Amino acid sequence: MQIQVRNLTHIYSEGMPYESVALEDISFDINKGEFVGVIGHTGSGKSTLIQHLNGLLKPKSGSILIDGVDITGKDVKMRDIRRKIGLVFQYPEYQLFEETVHKDVAFGPLNLGLSQEETDQRVAEAIGLVGLDYEEIANRSPFELSGGQKRRVAIAGVIAMKPEILILDEPTAGLDPKAHADILRMVERIHEVQQNSIILVSHNMGDIARLAGKVLVMDRGRLALTGTPGEVFRQADLLESLGLGLPPATYLMRELQSKGVPVSGDILTMEEAEEELYRILSGEK
Amino acid sequence: MIRDITLGQYYPGNSWVHRLDARIKIIWTFVYIVSLFLIKDFWGYIAVLVTLALIIGVSRVPLKFILKGLKPIFLIIVFTFTINMFMTKGTPLFTLGFLTITREGLYNAVFMGIRLVFLIIGSSLLTLVTKPINLTDGIEKLLSPWQRAGLPAHELAMMMTIALRFIPTLLEETDKIMKAQMARGADFESGNIMNRAKSLIPLLVPLFISAFRIAQDLAMAMEARCYRGGSHRTRMNGMKLKKKDGVACFLMLAYLALIVLQRGVW
Repeated sequence: MQIQVRNLTHIYSEGMPYESVALEDISFDINKGEFVGVIGHTGSGKSTLIQHLNGLLKPKSGSILIDGVDITGKDVKMRDIRRKIGLVFQYPEYQLFEETVHKDVAFGPLNLGLSQEETDQRVAEAIGLVGLDYEEIANRSPFELSGGQKRRVAIAGVIAMKPEILILDEPTAGLDPKAHADILRMVERIHEVQQNSIILVSHNMGDIARLAGKVLVMDRGRLALTGTPGEVFRQADLLESLGLGLPPATYLMRELQSKGVPVSGDILTMEEAEEELYRILSGEK
Repeated sequence: MIRDITLGQYYPGNSWVHRLDARIKIIWTFVYIVSLFLIKDFWGYIAVLVTLALIIGVSRVPLKFILKGLKPIFLIIVFTFTINMFMTKGTPLFTLGFLTITREGLYNAVFMGIRLVFLIIGSSLLTLVTKPINLTDGIEKLLSPWQRAGLPAHELAMMMTIALRFIPTLLEETDKIMKAQMARGADFESGNIMNRAKSLIPLLVPLFISAFRIAQDLAMAMEARCYRGGSHRTRMNGMKLKKKDGVACFLMLAYLALIVLQRGVW
């Protein structure tokens, strides 16, 4: 499954005194199975962009082709789009509403028109995938869970729909370091098991550098930069002028470079940094 | 989608009407509302229409923006119109099965419809040209004489301020939850009434929880800043009546006189 976005433009409150251009002339491709990171300053249009991808917002102009079908057209079935593209919003735990965890996760699959058996099976699978114990949690109220657990249940609610493309808008916002790491590990596992494409919006450069194969950099409604993490994080000055930064490991290496240590500047993750330092310290050339 | 509701919204501007003292504007609106119920025939509406047109013209709020505010209550207007049309007894005009439209019914329907439209436009105009904070300050000032009689004027005004302040927040929250549930395949737009009411549960439950959470956070934030209610609070911008407020007052009296006269004379 492939997404092609062409010249996407969106304007909020058009014709009102406070109209604002949220997206301007955005084009990019996402291929099957890709892991795409989206970074950008607050208000740069990231959330607006991802809401277009599953038809929640309609663009002013431009097109979004999913497997060759333009979803901005009038006669497109929204249900088909949502079956293919799952969107997990920021703080998804605020959308829980059912009496039990099982029922809440089943909401999406049932809306897709799946049978009860198929749904039950998917619910159990999804709850397992997000790292929770189905037997223990399925009949509890989602409101008595901890913050991190609630978020997992909410994410399970989208995963149970088995989208071919899963979009996550800052899934780790407001979590403690352990829950943060758990959620990311969970995202990786979902990517592996369901073989889907993932679009991850995040403010954490380290996470993006480690996980994504492609990075989109947004700035004031425009696409400022695209490329592999290596290509993107080489542009340190540009990123910093956009209110963004580099992964911590890259900062460390640059600092070392400026002190005269001959390390490579293209280090993105802690693991790479560790290897590079080991190489230098053991005197290898 | 849901953000398009203009009821209670402020339209930023710096016109003569915008700069009037909020108290004058509140009293004006009150007089205006009462006047609508004093009018007994269509001639009276011409006076209202001219007055409204003048105020809107001076305020420079686009007419399109004001009319948009009518959209959410369109159903109520249609409902009133229909009920009046069919339920008034009088000379029958024509009959549709068991329903009869009378001459008086048609007259009443149009009359009531216009009254409702004017009512909404007039009262939404107040919030369009008055900053919410000025509006509640004005209400507090207007209510303060009754404070001696035990009316908690400041608390009432504060409650209104908070309610107004959180309309956009709650709308945004509604929009967010709606989108999140739509992303999970929820459908808010089709089906019969029962199904539609049922489909609101995934929206209303999270919305109520959010509202309580927001209220709790706000209460805590106010406590943290030592909020203790109305006693001994001073304000940064005191309200003083100026010359233009006098002019507005005079115009209001003239308008009121005109309406009362038309009731007596025609």
